[in-house]
Amino acid sequence: MIFELLGVPPQALFGQLLLGLINGAFYAMLSLGLAVIFGLMNVINFTHGAQYMMGAFVAWLGLKYLGVNYWLALVLAPIVVGASGIILEQLLLKRLYHLDHLYGLLLTFGLALIIEGLFRHQYGSSGQPYAIPDALKGSQNLGFMFLPNYRAWVVVGSLIFCLGTWFVIERTKLGAYLRAATENPQLVRAFGINVPRMIMLTYGFGVGLAALAGVMAAPIQQVNPLMGSNLMVVVFAVVVIGGMGSIMGSIVTGFALGVVEGLTKVFYPEASNTVIFVIMAIVLLIKPAGLFGRTR
Amino acid sequence: MRDTPRMGRDLLKVDNLEAFYGESHVLHGVTIEVAEGEVVTLLGRNGAGKTTTLKSIMGMVARRTGSVRYDGKEIIALASNVIARLGIAICPEERGIFASLSVEENMLLPPVVRPGGMTLAEIYTLFPNLAERRRSQGTKLSGGEQQMLAIGRILRTGATLLLLDEPTEGLAPVIVQKIGDVIRDLKARGFTVLLVEQNFRFAATVADRHYIMEDGRVVDMLRTEDIPANMEKLHNFLGV
Repeated sequence: MIFELLGVPPQALFGQLLLGLINGAFYAMLSLGLAVIFGLMNVINFTHGAQYMMGAFVAWLGLKYLGVNYWLALVLAPIVVGASGIILEQLLLKRLYHLDHLYGLLLTFGLALIIEGLFRHQYGSSGQPYAIPDALKGSQNLGFMFLPNYRAWVVVGSLIFCLGTWFVIERTKLGAYLRAATENPQLVRAFGINVPRMIMLTYGFGVGLAALAGVMAAPIQQVNPLMGSNLMVVVFAVVVIGGMGSIMGSIVTGFALGVVEGLTKVFYPEASNTVIFVIMAIVLLIKPAGLFGRTR
Repeated sequence: MRDTPRMGRDLLKVDNLEAFYGESHVLHGVTIEVAEGEVVTLLGRNGAGKTTTLKSIMGMVARRTGSVRYDGKEIIALASNVIARLGIAICPEERGIFASLSVEENMLLPPVVRPGGMTLAEIYTLFPNLAERRRSQGTKLSGGEQQMLAIGRILRTGATLLLLDEPTEGLAPVIVQKIGDVIRDLKARGFTVLLVEQNFRFAATVADRHYIMEDGRVVDMLRTEDIPANMEKLHNFLGV
């Protein structure tokens, strides 16, 4: 009834809504990692997209050469890529904390280009297929649409990871150290907390979250060296809209913008690629710190 | 009680301490001693180097030379998180209450570094206002309550030397009195306190001895009982 009024078939509406939620799940996980890293370290991690891609590649390589299955890859890829992030932080990023955050941005941007270049050199630009794990093949008939199991898992799984991260940061003692160190690292250190180590582990965690998103994306997208940089253009717009450094803000904004993008595809497909950037421009005009951001 | 300071062993010995912020040389050889159980103040005008002295002891100034011995151990080259674990705690001038933490989270933030600290219940007895507002956001408290929170949270940790940076700054007289009561109470509990003050009248009501600082140096040391005889000198140094 209502669909006739709107002039769109329900299959198209729900299909795009689901697609929007899935995109939103990746926006949320990636912008959450960026927010955690930026909050504590004041570094805009432009390597994030490359680390997401590395997560997908670790899953693909693991399956191809070592027989590591999807579920094991969900655990291993964040650890492997997170550890590479920690090495990066210790060797390079650490030296830039006393400088303007433009330097961290330039370093991580350069690193992203190098990492993507190396993967392209090694594996070419064409995508590598990654099969959906057996347990998540098939789909559910919801009556008004078919819901593929894997896509349902992506939405639910990313919600769990995002809300879990939110819970740790906002509701636990460890999170209290993180929040306090975000405000005044010098004082938290003078209370006896090893803040440099906390920064190192936080960067590793944020990077690991990107890699986790990469593993989850592998069966949906092709595993390809540029999968990160394509996505990050939108993710940075999401971060600007949500406000850098807000945890819940980046989760909500990520999912919401995915849905907005999906709905735009139904009602005005021509604008679907630009709608997020239009929203970004409007938010920047009205609330430059972002919807959930605090000026500091 | 005040005229017989307990002369325990030296807990803190600062010798020829120099400190730098970037290019500027802020401390030029500060030498002070604080005995166990003593309350000692650093008096001086703005910019005399009092806060920098506290921060240098705590390891919060990047470039520092000279010697800081705590409980017989040289700590000048240690990182501030290591120094804190030895039993020194700071209450900074700007209070450092965290806006993203509730009152209770602020209270519980500094980790317990050694046994013997006060319990949360004891601290709330000392500061009943804080108990009532434990769920509030830390920075929603009044200035006086924030100051009490800043002092209260370092009493749990088991630290024995407290560095208090101008705890009375900008507070109403009745709150200043309360802070004075608290510092006397802390002394009675056996804490050692190094206190930065601009107001020597207040300092005289809580401390045993006073170092007077000017231009990054200690220029004089007075016992509280000597203050009345040295009023003119104090007025000259402090410009009050």
